[in-house]
Amino acid sequence: MKTTLLRGLLAAALVLSAACSRPGGDPAHAEAAESSLKPAAKRNPAPDFTLKDANGRDIQLSSLKGKVVLLNFWATWCGPCKFEIPWFIEFEKQYKDQGFAVVGVSLDDEGWEVVKPYIQDKQVNYRVVVGTEEVSQKYGGVESLPSTFIIDRQGRIASVHIGLQPKSAFEDDIKALLR
Amino acid sequence: MILKHFFASAAALLAFATTAAAQPGCALTAEPVRLSVKRGENPEYRLKLKLPPGCHTNSHQPNDPDLIPLRLTWTPGALEPGATTFPKPDLEKYSFSSKPLSVFSGEFEIVTKFTRKPNAMPGPAMLSGKLRYQACNDRMCFPPRTIDVKVPVLLQ
Repeated sequence: MKTTLLRGLLAAALVLSAACSRPGGDPAHAEAAESSLKPAAKRNPAPDFTLKDANGRDIQLSSLKGKVVLLNFWATWCGPCKFEIPWFIEFEKQYKDQGFAVVGVSLDDEGWEVVKPYIQDKQVNYRVVVGTEEVSQKYGGVESLPSTFIIDRQGRIASVHIGLQPKSAFEDDIKALLR
Repeated sequence: MILKHFFASAAALLAFATTAAAQPGCALTAEPVRLSVKRGENPEYRLKLKLPPGCHTNSHQPNDPDLIPLRLTWTPGALEPGATTFPKPDLEKYSFSSKPLSVFSGEFEIVTKFTRKPNAMPGPAMLSGKLRYQACNDRMCFPPRTIDVKVPVLLQ
Protein backbone atom coordinates (compact mmCIF):
# COMPACT_ATOMS: atom_id res chain seq x y z
CA MET A 1 0.00 0.00 0.00
CA LYS A 2 2.78 2.36 1.05
CA THR A 3 4.85 1.33 -1.99
CA THR A 4 1.88 1.90 -4.31
CA LEU A 5 1.33 5.33 -2.83
CA LEU A 6 4.99 6.21 -3.23
CA ARG A 7 4.98 5.03 -6.83
CA GLY A 8 1.86 7.07 -7.50
CA LEU A 9 3.47 10.16 -6.03
CA LEU A 10 6.63 9.58 -8.05
CA ALA A 11 4.61 9.15 -11.25
CA ALA A 12 2.65 12.34 -10.53
CA ALA A 13 5.89 14.20 -9.85
CA LEU A 14 7.37 12.95 -13.12
CA VAL A 15 4.33 14.01 -15.13
CA LEU A 16 4.31 17.43 -13.50
CA SER A 17 8.00 17.81 -14.14
CA ALA A 18 7.52 16.79 -17.76
CA ALA A 19 4.69 19.24 -18.21
CA CYS A 20 6.96 21.99 -16.95
CA SER A 21 9.78 21.14 -19.34
CA ARG A 22 7.96 20.40 -22.60
CA PRO A 23 9.20 22.67 -25.37
CA GLY A 24 7.99 23.37 -28.89
CA GLY A 25 9.68 23.87 -32.28
CA ASP A 26 12.63 22.10 -33.87
CA PRO A 27 14.01 19.90 -31.11
CA ALA A 28 17.51 19.71 -32.51
CA HIS A 29 18.11 23.43 -32.45
CA ALA A 30 15.59 24.79 -30.01
CA GLU A 31 16.93 26.30 -26.85
CA ALA A 32 15.77 25.15 -23.45
CA ALA A 33 13.82 27.93 -21.75
CA GLU A 34 15.79 27.61 -18.52
CA SER A 35 17.54 24.98 -16.50
CA SER A 36 15.17 22.23 -15.46
CA LEU A 37 17.38 21.16 -12.56
CA LYS A 38 15.66 20.69 -9.24
CA PRO A 39 17.29 22.35 -6.24
CA ALA A 40 19.70 19.87 -4.64
CA ALA A 41 17.66 19.66 -1.44
CA LYS A 42 14.58 18.52 -3.36
CA ARG A 43 16.24 15.73 -5.33
CA ASN A 44 15.25 12.13 -4.67
CA PRO A 45 17.65 9.19 -4.92
CA ALA A 46 17.60 7.47 -8.32
CA PRO A 47 16.17 3.98 -7.78
CA ASP A 48 18.94 1.44 -8.18
CA PHE A 49 18.88 -1.51 -10.54
CA THR A 50 21.19 -4.08 -12.03
CA LEU A 51 20.64 -5.17 -15.63
CA LYS A 52 22.82 -6.87 -18.19
CA ASP A 53 24.39 -5.19 -21.18
CA ALA A 54 24.67 -6.67 -24.68
CA ASN A 55 27.72 -8.69 -23.61
CA GLY A 56 26.02 -10.15 -20.54
CA ARG A 57 27.88 -7.90 -18.11
CA ASP A 58 26.02 -6.50 -15.10
CA ILE A 59 25.39 -2.78 -15.16
CA GLN A 60 24.47 -1.48 -11.73
CA LEU A 61 23.27 2.10 -11.72
CA SER A 62 24.60 2.81 -8.23
CA SER A 63 28.09 1.80 -9.35
CA LEU A 64 28.11 5.03 -11.38
CA LYS A 65 27.73 7.17 -8.26
CA GLY A 66 30.23 10.01 -8.48
CA LYS A 67 29.38 10.56 -12.16
CA VAL A 68 26.63 12.60 -13.74
CA VAL A 69 24.39 10.06 -15.45
CA LEU A 70 21.89 10.51 -18.25
CA LEU A 71 19.45 7.60 -17.87
CA ASN A 72 17.36 7.25 -21.00
CA PHE A 73 14.38 4.91 -21.42
CA TRP A 74 13.86 4.23 -25.11
CA ALA A 75 12.79 1.61 -27.68
CA THR A 76 13.68 0.82 -31.26
CA TRP A 77 10.03 1.43 -32.28
CA CYS A 78 10.09 4.95 -30.82
CA GLY A 79 10.92 7.61 -33.41
CA PRO A 80 11.53 10.48 -30.96
CA CYS A 81 13.87 8.21 -28.97
CA LYS A 82 15.94 7.42 -32.03
CA PHE A 83 16.16 11.10 -32.85
CA GLU A 84 17.88 11.75 -29.53
CA ILE A 85 20.36 8.86 -29.66
CA PRO A 86 23.00 10.65 -31.80
CA TRP A 87 22.99 13.46 -29.23
CA PHE A 88 23.64 10.97 -26.42
CA ILE A 89 26.48 9.40 -28.41
CA GLU A 90 27.97 12.88 -28.74
CA PHE A 91 27.50 13.66 -25.03
CA GLU A 92 29.19 10.41 -24.04
CA LYS A 93 32.14 11.26 -26.26
CA GLN A 94 32.37 14.88 -25.17
CA TYR A 95 31.79 14.64 -21.41
CA LYS A 96 32.95 11.13 -20.49
CA ASP A 97 36.33 12.34 -19.24
CA GLN A 98 34.65 14.89 -16.97
CA GLY A 99 32.76 12.19 -15.06
CA PHE A 100 29.68 11.68 -17.22
CA ALA A 101 27.96 8.53 -18.46
CA VAL A 102 24.90 7.69 -20.49
CA VAL A 103 22.84 4.59 -19.70
CA GLY A 104 20.17 3.57 -22.21
CA VAL A 105 17.39 1.29 -20.98
CA SER A 106 15.55 -0.31 -23.87
CA LEU A 107 11.92 -1.25 -23.32
CA ASP A 108 11.64 -3.40 -26.44
CA ASP A 109 9.60 -6.53 -25.74
CA GLU A 110 11.84 -8.49 -28.10
CA GLY A 111 14.91 -7.54 -26.08
CA TRP A 112 18.39 -8.04 -27.46
CA GLU A 113 17.07 -9.62 -30.64
CA VAL A 114 16.17 -6.14 -31.87
CA VAL A 115 18.29 -3.95 -29.60
CA LYS A 116 21.69 -5.48 -30.34
CA PRO A 117 21.55 -5.00 -34.13
CA TYR A 118 20.25 -1.49 -33.64
CA ILE A 119 22.98 -0.31 -31.27
CA GLN A 120 25.64 -1.96 -33.42
CA ASP A 121 24.29 -0.27 -36.54
CA LYS A 122 24.16 3.15 -34.86
CA GLN A 123 27.55 2.61 -33.17
CA VAL A 124 26.14 3.46 -29.78
CA ASN A 125 29.14 4.15 -27.55
CA TYR A 126 27.40 4.16 -24.16
CA ARG A 127 26.01 1.51 -21.82
CA VAL A 128 22.75 -0.03 -23.01
CA VAL A 129 20.65 -2.52 -21.07
CA VAL A 130 17.28 -4.13 -21.67
CA GLY A 131 14.78 -2.98 -19.08
CA THR A 132 12.20 -4.86 -17.09
CA GLU A 133 8.74 -4.01 -15.81
CA GLU A 134 10.21 -3.81 -12.32
CA VAL A 135 12.74 -1.18 -13.34
CA SER A 136 10.06 0.79 -15.23
CA GLN A 137 7.87 0.78 -12.12
CA LYS A 138 10.73 2.10 -10.02
CA TYR A 139 10.80 5.11 -12.36
CA GLY A 140 7.11 5.83 -12.17
CA GLY A 141 5.89 3.34 -14.76
CA VAL A 142 7.51 4.97 -17.82
CA GLU A 143 4.24 5.27 -19.75
CA SER A 144 5.77 7.23 -22.59
CA LEU A 145 9.08 7.26 -24.42
CA PRO A 146 11.57 8.78 -24.49
CA SER A 147 11.81 9.37 -20.74
CA THR A 148 15.14 10.67 -19.54
CA PHE A 149 16.40 11.17 -16.00
CA ILE A 150 19.51 13.19 -15.33
CA ILE A 151 21.23 12.04 -12.17
CA ASP A 152 23.72 14.09 -10.19
CA ARG A 153 27.05 12.88 -8.80
CA GLN A 154 25.35 11.98 -5.52
CA GLY A 155 23.00 9.57 -7.30
CA ARG A 156 19.94 11.83 -7.07
CA ILE A 157 17.48 12.66 -9.83
CA ALA A 158 18.24 16.24 -10.78
CA SER A 159 15.85 16.56 -13.75
CA VAL A 160 13.30 14.58 -15.71
CA HIS A 161 12.56 14.99 -19.41
CA ILE A 162 9.53 13.23 -20.83
CA GLY A 163 9.22 13.21 -24.60
CA LEU A 164 11.51 14.67 -27.21
CA GLN A 165 13.41 17.67 -25.87
CA PRO A 166 15.76 20.20 -27.39
CA LYS A 167 19.32 18.93 -27.34
CA SER A 168 20.25 21.95 -25.24
CA ALA A 169 17.81 20.92 -22.50
CA PHE A 170 19.96 17.87 -21.78
CA GLU A 171 23.29 19.55 -22.39
CA ASP A 172 22.54 22.51 -20.13
CA ASP A 173 21.68 20.14 -17.29
CA ILE A 174 24.77 18.02 -17.88
CA LYS A 175 27.09 21.03 -17.95
CA ALA A 176 25.55 22.51 -14.82
CA LEU A 177 25.93 19.23 -12.93
CA LEU A 178 29.50 18.69 -14.10
CA ARG A 179 30.61 22.08 -12.80
CA MET B 1 -38.14 -10.61 -26.39
CA ILE B 2 -35.03 -12.54 -27.44
CA LEU B 3 -34.01 -9.69 -29.72
CA LYS B 4 -34.53 -7.14 -26.95
CA HIS B 5 -32.31 -9.21 -24.65
CA PHE B 6 -29.72 -9.59 -27.42
CA PHE B 7 -29.48 -5.86 -28.06
CA ALA B 8 -29.31 -5.06 -24.34
CA SER B 9 -26.37 -7.47 -24.02
CA ALA B 10 -24.86 -6.02 -27.18
CA ALA B 11 -24.98 -2.50 -25.73
CA ALA B 12 -23.19 -3.68 -22.61
CA LEU B 13 -20.53 -5.45 -24.65
CA LEU B 14 -19.99 -2.46 -26.90
CA ALA B 15 -19.44 -0.31 -23.85
CA PHE B 16 -16.93 -2.87 -22.54
CA ALA B 17 -15.07 -3.09 -25.83
CA THR B 18 -14.72 0.68 -26.00
CA THR B 19 -13.55 1.21 -22.44
CA ALA B 20 -11.19 -1.77 -22.68
CA ALA B 21 -9.17 0.30 -25.12
CA ALA B 22 -8.44 2.97 -22.51
CA GLN B 23 -4.77 3.98 -22.40
CA PRO B 24 -3.18 7.18 -21.24
CA GLY B 25 -1.75 9.36 -23.97
CA CYS B 26 -2.73 8.22 -27.43
CA ALA B 27 -5.33 5.52 -26.86
CA LEU B 28 -6.82 4.03 -30.00
CA THR B 29 -10.52 3.56 -29.41
CA ALA B 30 -12.47 0.85 -31.20
CA GLU B 31 -16.12 1.58 -31.72
CA PRO B 32 -17.61 -1.75 -32.73
CA VAL B 33 -21.17 -1.62 -34.05
CA ARG B 34 -23.29 -4.73 -34.03
CA LEU B 35 -23.53 -6.77 -37.17
CA SER B 36 -26.70 -8.32 -38.50
CA VAL B 37 -26.16 -11.07 -41.10
CA LYS B 38 -28.94 -12.20 -43.39
CA ARG B 39 -29.36 -15.87 -44.30
CA GLY B 40 -26.82 -16.80 -46.98
CA GLU B 41 -25.03 -13.47 -46.72
CA ASN B 42 -21.25 -13.13 -46.58
CA PRO B 43 -20.91 -9.84 -44.77
CA GLU B 44 -18.14 -7.28 -44.52
CA TYR B 45 -17.46 -5.54 -41.26
CA ARG B 46 -16.24 -1.97 -40.90
CA LEU B 47 -14.35 -1.49 -37.65
CA LYS B 48 -14.42 2.20 -36.73
CA LEU B 49 -11.36 3.46 -34.93
CA LYS B 50 -10.49 6.79 -33.42
CA LEU B 51 -7.34 8.45 -32.09
CA PRO B 52 -7.21 11.64 -30.02
CA PRO B 53 -6.14 14.83 -31.83
CA GLY B 54 -2.37 15.11 -32.31
CA CYS B 55 -1.87 11.35 -32.14
CA HIS B 56 -1.03 8.85 -34.85
CA THR B 57 -0.54 5.13 -35.11
CA ASN B 58 1.76 3.38 -37.53
CA SER B 59 -0.12 2.13 -40.56
CA HIS B 60 -0.31 -1.56 -41.47
CA GLN B 61 2.72 -0.95 -43.70
CA PRO B 62 5.09 1.39 -41.87
CA ASN B 63 7.94 2.61 -44.04
CA ASP B 64 10.53 2.06 -41.31
CA PRO B 65 11.34 -1.58 -40.47
CA ASP B 66 11.73 -0.75 -36.77
CA LEU B 67 8.15 0.50 -36.44
CA ILE B 68 5.34 -1.73 -35.27
CA PRO B 69 2.56 -2.15 -37.84
CA LEU B 70 -1.15 -1.95 -37.14
CA ARG B 71 -2.56 -5.47 -37.11
CA LEU B 72 -6.13 -6.73 -36.91
CA THR B 73 -6.81 -10.43 -36.45
CA TRP B 74 -10.18 -12.08 -36.06
CA THR B 75 -10.92 -15.39 -34.36
CA PRO B 76 -12.76 -17.72 -36.74
CA GLY B 77 -16.22 -18.70 -35.58
CA ALA B 78 -19.61 -18.72 -37.29
CA LEU B 79 -18.04 -16.12 -39.57
CA GLU B 80 -14.75 -16.99 -41.25
CA PRO B 81 -12.49 -13.95 -41.67
CA GLY B 82 -11.26 -13.19 -45.18
CA ALA B 83 -9.36 -10.25 -46.64
CA THR B 84 -8.84 -7.16 -44.52
CA THR B 85 -8.56 -3.77 -46.19
CA PHE B 86 -6.93 -0.80 -44.53
CA PRO B 87 -7.48 2.80 -45.62
CA LYS B 88 -4.79 4.62 -47.56
CA PRO B 89 -2.25 5.76 -44.97
CA ASP B 90 -1.22 9.39 -44.58
CA LEU B 91 2.41 10.26 -45.17
CA GLU B 92 3.22 12.66 -42.35
CA LYS B 93 6.45 14.38 -41.44
CA TYR B 94 7.17 14.81 -37.75
CA SER B 95 9.81 16.82 -35.92
CA PHE B 96 11.64 13.59 -35.05
CA SER B 97 11.56 11.96 -38.48
CA SER B 98 13.83 12.69 -41.38
CA LYS B 99 11.26 11.32 -43.82
CA PRO B 100 7.45 11.19 -43.85
CA LEU B 101 5.99 8.25 -41.94
CA SER B 102 3.09 6.05 -43.02
CA VAL B 103 0.44 6.59 -40.37
CA PHE B 104 -3.24 6.74 -39.52
CA SER B 105 -4.74 9.49 -37.41
CA GLY B 106 -8.15 10.82 -36.40
CA GLU B 107 -11.01 8.53 -37.40
CA PHE B 108 -10.54 5.64 -39.80
CA GLU B 109 -12.04 2.27 -40.67
CA ILE B 110 -10.65 -1.19 -41.31
CA VAL B 111 -12.85 -3.41 -43.45
CA THR B 112 -12.85 -7.22 -43.22
CA LYS B 113 -14.78 -9.60 -45.43
CA PHE B 114 -16.33 -12.62 -43.77
CA THR B 115 -17.82 -15.85 -45.03
CA ARG B 116 -20.74 -17.29 -43.13
CA LYS B 117 -20.09 -20.94 -42.36
CA PRO B 118 -22.71 -23.17 -44.03
CA ASN B 119 -23.49 -24.85 -40.72
CA ALA B 120 -23.75 -21.60 -38.73
CA MET B 121 -26.97 -21.64 -36.74
CA PRO B 122 -29.20 -18.57 -36.70
CA GLY B 123 -29.11 -16.58 -33.49
CA PRO B 124 -26.76 -14.34 -31.56
CA ALA B 125 -23.02 -14.84 -31.89
CA MET B 126 -19.87 -12.94 -31.08
CA LEU B 127 -17.12 -11.83 -33.40
CA SER B 128 -13.84 -11.54 -31.53
CA GLY B 129 -10.69 -9.89 -32.73
CA LYS B 130 -7.46 -8.36 -31.56
CA LEU B 131 -6.08 -5.06 -32.69
CA ARG B 132 -2.39 -4.39 -32.10
CA TYR B 133 -1.09 -0.89 -32.53
CA GLN B 134 1.62 1.46 -31.44
CA ALA B 135 0.84 5.15 -31.19
CA CYS B 136 2.83 8.35 -30.84
CA ASN B 137 2.39 12.07 -30.96
CA ASP B 138 4.92 14.54 -32.28
CA ARG B 139 7.12 14.27 -29.18
CA MET B 140 6.62 10.88 -27.57
CA CYS B 141 5.54 7.32 -28.19
CA PHE B 142 3.47 4.92 -26.16
CA PRO B 143 4.13 1.21 -25.71
CA PRO B 144 2.47 -1.17 -28.17
CA ARG B 145 -0.97 -2.25 -27.08
CA THR B 146 -3.35 -5.02 -28.05
CA ILE B 147 -7.02 -4.34 -27.57
CA ASP B 148 -9.82 -6.88 -27.67
CA VAL B 149 -12.55 -6.15 -30.16
CA LYS B 150 -15.90 -7.80 -29.50
CA VAL B 151 -18.69 -7.37 -31.99
CA PRO B 152 -22.15 -8.75 -31.23
CA VAL B 153 -23.52 -10.51 -34.30
CA LEU B 154 -27.08 -11.58 -35.08
CA LEU B 155 -27.23 -14.41 -37.60
CA GLN B 156 -30.63 -14.48 -39.25
